[in-house]
Amino acid sequence: MWRYTIKRLIQGVVTVWFIATATFLAMHAVPGDPMSGDRAVTPEIRKNLEAKYGLDKPLAQQYVIYLGNLARGDFGISFTQQNREVNDIIREHFPVSATLGILAIVFASLGGILWGALTALYRNKLPDILIMFFVILGISVPSFVFAALGQLALVKLNDFLGFSLLPVAGWGTVSHMLVPSLVLGLGTMAYLTRLMRSSMLEIINSDYLRTAKAKGLPATRIFTRHQLRNAILPVVTVLGPSIAGITTGSFVVESVFAIPGLGRYFVQAVQQLDYTVIMGTTVFFGSFLVLMVILVDLLYGFIDPRVRLE
Amino acid sequence: MVSSNPQTEPGLDDFAPLAVEQRRQQLSRPSLSYWQDAWIRLKANRRAIVSLYIVIALLLFTLLGPLVWRVDPSAQDLDQVSRAPGAERMVTLAAPYRPWNGETVLPGSRDLRLAYPANTQAVRMIWDPVPGASAYRIYRDIVPALAGEPLGLPIAQTLTGTETRYEDRLDLRAETYFYTVVALDAAGAEMGSRQALSVTPVAVITVAEARSRGLAPPSEPLNVGDKVRFKLHPLGTDYLGRDMLARLMHGARVSLFIGIVAPLLFVSFGVAYGSMAGFLGGRVDQIMMRFADFVIALPFLLFMILFKIAFGIGPGQSGILPMIVALVMLSWPGTARLVRGQILQVREEGYVSAARLLGARTNYLVMRHMIPNTLGVILVTLTFAVPSAIFTEAFLSFIGMGVAPPTPSWGGMSNEGIKSMLIHPHELLFPAILISITVLAFNLLGDGLRDALDAKMRSRE
Amino acid sequence: MTDRPANDDGFNRSAGRQLLLIAVVSVIGIVLLMLGLSWASGLAGGTRVSKGIDAATGTVTLALADEPPQLDSTRSTDTISSMVLGHVTEGLIRNGEGGELTPGVAERWKITDTSATFWLRADARWSDGKPVTAHDFVFAWRKAVDPKTASEYATILFAIKNAEAINKGRAPISSLGVQALGDNVLRVELVRPVPYFAKLMVFSTFRPIREDFFNATAGRYGADADMLLYNGPFTITRWVHGAQLRMEKNPYYWDKDRVKVKVLDFAYFSSDPNALINLYKDGKIAVAGLNQENLNEALVKRWPINRFQRGAVFYMEFNHRKDRPTTNLHLRRAIQLVIDPDEVVYRVIKLPGNLPGRSLFPVWLDGNQGKFREEYPATQVLPNAVEARRQLALAKKELGLETLPPLTLLSDDGALGDKMTEYFQETLRRELGLTIRIDKQIFKQRLAKMSAGDFDLVLGGWNPDYPDPLTFADLFASWNSNNRGRYNNPRLDQLVAVAQTSTDVQTRMDTFGEIQRILIEDPPMVPIYEPGVVYVVDPRLQGVVRRVAGFDPDYTNVSIVGK
Repeated sequence: MWRYTIKRLIQGVVTVWFIATATFLAMHAVPGDPMSGDRAVTPEIRKNLEAKYGLDKPLAQQYVIYLGNLARGDFGISFTQQNREVNDIIREHFPVSATLGILAIVFASLGGILWGALTALYRNKLPDILIMFFVILGISVPSFVFAALGQLALVKLNDFLGFSLLPVAGWGTVSHMLVPSLVLGLGTMAYLTRLMRSSMLEIINSDYLRTAKAKGLPATRIFTRHQLRNAILPVVTVLGPSIAGITTGSFVVESVFAIPGLGRYFVQAVQQLDYTVIMGTTVFFGSFLVLMVILVDLLYGFIDPRVRLE
Repeated sequence: MVSSNPQTEPGLDDFAPLAVEQRRQQLSRPSLSYWQDAWIRLKANRRAIVSLYIVIALLLFTLLGPLVWRVDPSAQDLDQVSRAPGAERMVTLAAPYRPWNGETVLPGSRDLRLAYPANTQAVRMIWDPVPGASAYRIYRDIVPALAGEPLGLPIAQTLTGTETRYEDRLDLRAETYFYTVVALDAAGAEMGSRQALSVTPVAVITVAEARSRGLAPPSEPLNVGDKVRFKLHPLGTDYLGRDMLARLMHGARVSLFIGIVAPLLFVSFGVAYGSMAGFLGGRVDQIMMRFADFVIALPFLLFMILFKIAFGIGPGQSGILPMIVALVMLSWPGTARLVRGQILQVREEGYVSAARLLGARTNYLVMRHMIPNTLGVILVTLTFAVPSAIFTEAFLSFIGMGVAPPTPSWGGMSNEGIKSMLIHPHELLFPAILISITVLAFNLLGDGLRDALDAKMRSRE
Repeated sequence: MTDRPANDDGFNRSAGRQLLLIAVVSVIGIVLLMLGLSWASGLAGGTRVSKGIDAATGTVTLALADEPPQLDSTRSTDTISSMVLGHVTEGLIRNGEGGELTPGVAERWKITDTSATFWLRADARWSDGKPVTAHDFVFAWRKAVDPKTASEYATILFAIKNAEAINKGRAPISSLGVQALGDNVLRVELVRPVPYFAKLMVFSTFRPIREDFFNATAGRYGADADMLLYNGPFTITRWVHGAQLRMEKNPYYWDKDRVKVKVLDFAYFSSDPNALINLYKDGKIAVAGLNQENLNEALVKRWPINRFQRGAVFYMEFNHRKDRPTTNLHLRRAIQLVIDPDEVVYRVIKLPGNLPGRSLFPVWLDGNQGKFREEYPATQVLPNAVEARRQLALAKKELGLETLPPLTLLSDDGALGDKMTEYFQETLRRELGLTIRIDKQIFKQRLAKMSAGDFDLVLGGWNPDYPDPLTFADLFASWNSNNRGRYNNPRLDQLVAVAQTSTDVQTRMDTFGEIQRILIEDPPMVPIYEPGVVYVVDPRLQGVVRRVAGFDPDYTNVSIVGK
């Protein structure tokens, strides 16, 4: 067990190094550089700037320096937010993205499980048809359409009520979180609902459920102990990849709802070729992802005894 | 079809043949190959069949649509910008626009008045000078002015107090406009004096424009004042007056191309990679799979953006290729892992060992057992990869990194449509609906295939 | 899915009850989780749900397009930082409400051809109560030209003695021609006459910085609210990066009576026009920009709409490098003759406030007495397809080509980018039969390609550095590194040199008039439009000043009327 964990962690470090190198190369392959601006600067000023940011050295040397800094956990200073360290940027903005992501996952999994169970219970009846209709919407509508519609709905709601029930954009209080995280989690929720529905139906037809019923167990007990519990298993299985997807894929929601998350910074950084921020965020997200995957794999070992860790 | 022949068993002659039963046996259970069986199961799945038809319809729309609806998707018509389907198409012909030198052809001598008949080329108005005015500010509104309420859009301000005319050319439509002219005092503050006018311009285009757009047969003489009809745009036009239907068809080429080609490529690469790892096994397999794990660990969207930028788009290129390359580079490991797993599993199956014992050659093993048993999984992965590729394209369009203009794509079109969602919903609605239908169809088809090809796989990812 | 189990209602009902219970528990759980997360992410400030205008607390809530990237005045180059710095710091001279030059930290000043002297007011104070002295200016200006600072705007100080040499590392920093004669007199030595030197003083690069405070920040000057020292009308009291920048009235500001509100709260950082207009609709912010798509709604709702000319000019620039077809005058003329700025503004952009481009010199520039463009009207090039095709034929003959090769139109992912490039592509195809290949890149890539000369046509623009025609006139001088199309016209160079050194207003303006004529007749670029903005302001908020030169928008004079 310990050997396995250590092995995975070492592999994780290699993966992160791989990510860092890939990012470094991809970024420097882009023509242009973060120093250029709308206003051309004199060659002297340019030289001063390059020296300040260490871009005057050969690429190989920059790479070595960069890896050295990375090993010390120093991502450097942002090129566009010129006074801020990339570490600061990540420290301040990742919690926002993470909050959004966690809430979205919670909404998605709870909603998915509840709706899925409901549709299975009322199979082919009105609730089932209604929910499945929304599920289809959730799966097939692009997230930016949802985000725009979500915000519009908020404006209309507040307009209708005559007071501001929920803020239409921004970040800072609990009320700011609700709609953005719902929008973010919608796609996953739809997917999980579908998954839950089919796994519920499979279990309804299963032998052990029939046995449980035949034994005369109380209905509530059968439902929670046997049906729900077993149906949730496949849902939990797909949660792992979803977590990573949601926390890194929140650009759309962040930009529509003016939320100061890390995703927005990354997109801006790419557009501005802000080398340090690009590197910092990819390496950070990459490590985060690797860690999550390792954690999920380790957890499987505990949850499902059939999975044997090497 | 390796089957033993029961007829050659000894002692058969001792019994009377049961011809009837034999025939019944043949009829009730025709020999079915794996694929025939799958096809029957797929046919029984109504949703999957409907989605299959939808997919076929989409392909027809994309491939045959432009042959039927021969409208240039990049032809702009600034006289018909953002028209909803079924908008008024009648238009009057007018002389070409000439700058206004200030002359007046309409009678009238008081207040704010028109100098020329108003049309969508220009609304020319003059007004009475106000004593003490240093300048005039001209407002235009689409609702009648109310006392104490703002006067609408401040479209212009004259530079001096002696200038008492204004020509409005800003985005004129055949709607009623309410103009108000307010005199400004020396300090630039509004004086009490207001003059108002309401105008409904006539929709016009020039004879030359009508000719160049082929609004009338070349033999028909066209005169100023005649009425012609604009070209029909069944689904309306976009923000540059381009035909939505034609753009949707051409956008389908991009979106479906990316949606189908990218998955095909990365799935085939993944299959090759995964089966190689699976076949070779051992150390090579270990190394190959570790590399696949590395690629999986890359934050997908971040690298998608980064790679797309790094590969770059040349002038005049649509940028589809870099997008596909980036998609392929990042998406293959999923399939590779899946296929490797399948191969390893199948290799150990009893029937493969049996076949091997019976002396089957590798070629036979691969063609007869390995491929059919993994192809189901591959096919399912493929159908699910389509929607995700289409979504990726749409997402990139949203952050302004989609295909380059003027190539239309559904993602790019819906992103443009979102901006004007409230006033021109059709610009968002049609591309969004097409994206949804495509995504849905492939999802349901994938579901159906999964059920049909491997009943055990149902409800698993 | 073969045999359907008997779905007895009793089972369903109790299962439904179970689900309901689970649902209730999870809702409670989610609420707790949200509270926990909001506490954990450290942003739970109660101030954020405020109204756009709160008369009771004197608070105005606004939105900012983005986080200010650089609040160190010596290194700041962008408009957002300039706006923030304009509110929290003050230079020697500032702009009054009407745009006129008004005393700032300097009470009075005297500028000659060789020097400038500023007498500082005694009551100008930093936000810690200490006086603003001439030494603070000397420190800041020296820092701005110091090569180690690597300020991109160092060039703006090059009229000062030794500034250029210091920036190139050829002279010691102390040799800069700026001296403090005591605490209250600042003397500047100039290497050449600068007719607009007083106007330059408004620029953020010339703001003061106090040495001891700067050193105490250990390289983090301007990085956070407490890493800046303020001498302007406001101080930054809270800066949550990416989310909020709150300014409060500065009690130490010498002219604090002119500040009528207590708090300017930039509580939303977003450049999404729809998000901003939604915030305005919801009463959360007091000012919001309008775009073409939501104009109608604004009119129907009878919002008070304002417009403002930003002062910049957007144009299509040609590449004049040797092997490019655009070196041919007739081709450039042909393109000039089919580009209709009126159509661009009235039919494509469709927003009032934007003006069709007629000249590189925008309408707001001052001339001798009145406006430059009134005194030296620009000849309007009317679209003329017939003449354009004739010019194109000439061009083909001169270039010796049957058909022209495809021309590359470089653009980036800016707001109007796609719409414009697609429009030009189609217009040039329709009218001249030219094949235009759009080359859309991210911003920095576009710059790199421009500098490398990898284009035929490019949509560019210029934001004025100072309110003098020279900021536009020298753009196409052969030595200007912003002349990325490498236009080279000795006659123009000569005229620019005259305008740079002459101190006679009439001569300068005549020169600019001549430059304008050349730019239209031998077009190195075709003006497209002068950009403008249309915006709504909450009717209770009065005194928002928009201006072309200096920082914009200016909220330092705003007041709240009504409740």
